[in-house]
Amino acid sequence: MLESLNALEKEGLDALKALAQAEELPVWYRTYLGRKGRLTEVLRGLGVLSAEERPHAGRRANEIKTALESAFETRQDELRAAEMEASLASGALDVTLPGRPVAPGHLHLSTRMLRRIRAIFAEMGFQVYEAPEVETDENNFELLNIPPYHPARDMWDTFWINDQVVLRTHTSPGQIRCMRENHPHPIRVILPGKCYRYEQVTPRSEHQFYQVEGLAVGHNIRITDLIGTMHEFARKMHGAARRLRIRGSYFPFTEPSIEIDMDCILCAGKGCRVCKFTSWLEIAGAGMVHPVVLRNGGYDPDQWSGFAFGMGVERPAMLHHGIEDIRYFYSNDLRFLRQF
Amino acid sequence: MALRVPISWLYDFVEPSATPEELAERLTLAGLEVESLTNLGAQWNRDVLRVGRISEVAAHPNADRLCLVTVDYGAAAPITVVTGAPNMLRHLGEQLPAEPLMVPLALVGAELIDGHAGDGRKLKLKAGNIRGVRSEGMVCSERELGLSEDHEGILILPSDAPLGAALADYLGDHVLEFDIKGGFAHLLSVFGVAREAAVLTGKTLKRGVLEIAQQEHMPTTGDPSYIQLEIADPDLCSRYVALLIEGITVCPSPFWMSQRLLRAGLRPINAIVDVTNYVMLELGQPLHAFDYGMLRPEGQAHKPLIRVRRAQPGEKMRTLDGVERSFDGEMLLITDGGGAVGLAGVMGGENSEITDDTTAVLLESANFEFLNTRRTSQLLKLRTEASDRFGKRLDPELCLRAALRAATLIAEICGGRLRMEYGDLYPQPAGLEPVRLELDFVERLLGVAVPREEVVRTLEALEFTVAGEDPLLVTPPSHRMDVSMPADLVEEVGRIHGYDRMPHTLIQDELPPQMRNTLLDGTERIRDLLIGCGLDEIITYSIVSIGDQAKLDPGGGAVDESAFLAVKNPLSAERGHLRRGLLAEGLNTMRANLRFQGRVSIFEVGRVFHPRAGEMLPEEPLRLCALLSGPRAAGFWQSGESGPAFEFYDVKGVAETLLEGLEQAGAEWRPGAGPAYHPGRSAQLLVEGKAVGELGELHPRVVAAFGLGSRTVCALEADVDALLALWHEDKQMDPLSQQPPVYEDLAFIVDEALPAEQLRAMIAQTGGPLLREVQLFDLYRDQRLGAGKKSLAYALTYQAEERTLTDGEVAKVRSKIVNRVEKELGAELRGEV
Ligand SMILES: [Zn+2]
Repeated sequence: MLESLNALEKEGLDALKALAQAEELPVWYRTYLGRKGRLTEVLRGLGVLSAEERPHAGRRANEIKTALESAFETRQDELRAAEMEASLASGALDVTLPGRPVAPGHLHLSTRMLRRIRAIFAEMGFQVYEAPEVETDENNFELLNIPPYHPARDMWDTFWINDQVVLRTHTSPGQIRCMRENHPHPIRVILPGKCYRYEQVTPRSEHQFYQVEGLAVGHNIRITDLIGTMHEFARKMHGAARRLRIRGSYFPFTEPSIEIDMDCILCAGKGCRVCKFTSWLEIAGAGMVHPVVLRNGGYDPDQWSGFAFGMGVERPAMLHHGIEDIRYFYSNDLRFLRQF
Repeated sequence: MALRVPISWLYDFVEPSATPEELAERLTLAGLEVESLTNLGAQWNRDVLRVGRISEVAAHPNADRLCLVTVDYGAAAPITVVTGAPNMLRHLGEQLPAEPLMVPLALVGAELIDGHAGDGRKLKLKAGNIRGVRSEGMVCSERELGLSEDHEGILILPSDAPLGAALADYLGDHVLEFDIKGGFAHLLSVFGVAREAAVLTGKTLKRGVLEIAQQEHMPTTGDPSYIQLEIADPDLCSRYVALLIEGITVCPSPFWMSQRLLRAGLRPINAIVDVTNYVMLELGQPLHAFDYGMLRPEGQAHKPLIRVRRAQPGEKMRTLDGVERSFDGEMLLITDGGGAVGLAGVMGGENSEITDDTTAVLLESANFEFLNTRRTSQLLKLRTEASDRFGKRLDPELCLRAALRAATLIAEICGGRLRMEYGDLYPQPAGLEPVRLELDFVERLLGVAVPREEVVRTLEALEFTVAGEDPLLVTPPSHRMDVSMPADLVEEVGRIHGYDRMPHTLIQDELPPQMRNTLLDGTERIRDLLIGCGLDEIITYSIVSIGDQAKLDPGGGAVDESAFLAVKNPLSAERGHLRRGLLAEGLNTMRANLRFQGRVSIFEVGRVFHPRAGEMLPEEPLRLCALLSGPRAAGFWQSGESGPAFEFYDVKGVAETLLEGLEQAGAEWRPGAGPAYHPGRSAQLLVEGKAVGELGELHPRVVAAFGLGSRTVCALEADVDALLALWHEDKQMDPLSQQPPVYEDLAFIVDEALPAEQLRAMIAQTGGPLLREVQLFDLYRDQRLGAGKKSLAYALTYQAEERTLTDGEVAKVRSKIVNRVEKELGAELRGEV
């Protein structure tokens, strides 16, 4: 009896060792340890043994059962591990092939710039005020201190709808609308929007473009506030190390008027083609709201003061992204638009 | 307006005290932006470009059209150069004139402009043999030196030019170029710039040229013996000065004057014209010279007449440019006894033009009303230096000063005599009102306290008269007609003090109440949702072609032009109207892009323009347009060439994403849209009963009309204002049930004509609260279903919030649904799917 038990153990272990694949394991298990397996068969034969022999053989049979089971577990782990190794070895992908495109769309570059500009001014408490693109001559010029035939009108080439209506040449008429709506309360707004100029379209000029105007009206608004605000903007928009140069200028709707230059971000002050070798880039025209304009907006210039500024949207984008031709913006070549 | 100022001329009026670069920076910061600073002669190497004197002109042994010129330049030995210049050849075989003949001499190594190339190309001078004679240098033309385009002959320098001097010292100069903005006439002259430079550098302005009148002691009269003067329309002409210079010979201008004119950008013509130009550039006052002999008296009067009056409507005159022009009743003319002789402030008449035979000149120096001059110039499309200057407010005090300056120069150069009596009609001498300036106000606007002494010093340096302690009583000088209020004075103080030196502060005023901008937020939300759908944003032109609008109607109906706002002066005849919608430009954009890619999915959000009856301004609704064409999926290597193309349900999916993103429930889709759409594959979108847009596949004829061939193009157009009016951001949370759901599929056979939504809605409604979801998962058509039938299969999810549903409960709901749709919609349950 013991001999046959020992023989079974050896046979079982040998057969287990001989298995090549994990999928053969269940057959082995059924054969040796299953309910109708060889070990059960041997155990059933225990009944013919004497009472003395029986416990001894029983113990031995249980030992063999445990040994076979533990050998099975071990072999199973070995085979599974080997199979995983094999599958890992054969399952490698060409990681240089392109991924499956998710293909989200792209915001227009002007929209992106406008969002950045708005976000910076929002932090300083400037809210957005929007005004119409088709404007009266009165709002676009006259109330901004530019009467008919005034020489200052040469600064804007204008698309006319009729003698009294124009396509706004700048966002400034929104100043008048905003003041008339808000007086006598303080104002802090930016006025972003599309503007139009009667200009031939060239790599440097477009007849349609965006502008962002700013307007602050209060009891104690000073030109140093304007300069500080512009500096804050330049640092957030163009980099923390930006320096400004403030020069006197002329605009009919501001008095005093200034222009704001920023050190050239392309050449770090060495002079380049873009800054016309001056090492400065003009970023905004600005000034203190002209007393006539304040009055036209409903504010008494003896009690109130304000500043205003105007800046382009496409130019800074061109600077930042190395775009040399403004016509890319509104000719909508997707090969251009999808780059941003 | 552009102004070029040679710095040598500027130094006539102000001592140099800084480098030209420093001066340019100071002027720029103070508001006189120097657009460019050109160093004339920067490339003239001192060693090899010299002032030479011609000692001999001899024949070239081998060439008739060349000669040998011996030039002394102060070195031990003169050199010989070969030239073919006509003004050298002309001296061949002749005694040289007694006056020294001075020329610019280039020696070997000099950098010059290639006079023959004519494109500004540079060359470096080498010694060479010209037809067998060695040439050791070159005598130069203006073009070769970069002074002008003139290459007719060798530049002859004045006889007193210093022999051997470096040309850079003798002829070199810097030219400052400005763009003077707005109406600042007082800055539009060499003298005006010098005045600024003097203040900024702390030097004294040399005012001699303005003070000739004080020195001359000439009698003034409104009725000089040589001319009868009359201003018929004093509202348009505040002053008229006339001087007579007799016995002149019209000759070329002297070297110094023509050089200055050239550097300032004007071509020398003859001394008379040049002097008027010179004084205009120097002092800013345009002048006009009449040939006195051509001026006619009125009737039998013994002296000619000058009358300044408005034109008779339709009155005509031939201007100096040879064009016969007709005037309206607001245009101002200078007339003599016989009619118009000049268009005031714009251009003289041909009939009184200076010619080589002129011996007496009547010099006009007047002040014309600026807006009227601009009007005339704009209406006649005739712009001149004079009209540009008169188009700004000029200082009437300048008239006589400029006239005397010019008369003195003419008499000097052309050898004439000034009649010692000047005509001057100045009915109402202008005086500028004093302005009260509180020192507090200066600080209030600038944010820095500028000391009283600095304020006074600045204003006085700018020739304002200052009185009082605080407030100051400040009277502007006559040339500062732009100054009328305290803020104007603050600007003068600020810009001379230097804005660049001021501290940077942030607004300390109270912050106005901060409000939400729903329209803006919503518009940006829409953009984000659409790029999330894979669409690229475009921004097209607002000024569009009305011809494209016609293409949107497949029926070929005429476009109602009155529905469009027309631009009076469009850039091109083609694009002359403001857009009413975004579709046409979107389609043009699609066509342009399909040249480079097969898949285009784009959108635009922008204003469109609808004229309103009885309103001056149009309505400007904000619109959205999305367009899809080409393969639905972006290309991927696993999915082969191209998958299925965009079709109706793609653009509807975009619309549904938009509605979900804006939390808008209750959308309704009605079949059919505008004429641009496919009649059977388009829908109108209503939200909460309001029409907000339309979408679908475009009509094949529209697609073809836009050059897009026979492809399928899907479009979505929506009114953003309407969409956002219904924007919710208050969606309530749907409770999440932990109870096990029961899933069940039901398929119904219905009439082909039954809209699927009707069946779905009825299932959902009948299912009540236990039916949590109804989702269509199959649409099936087959002969076996019967003709004109379709099968719609829905996946139903039943779930209760608080308990496990029993089969019985589900069965009850199901039979309710089945009974109702069978009864009301004629549907037939297809049995288990
Ligand atoms: Zn640069």
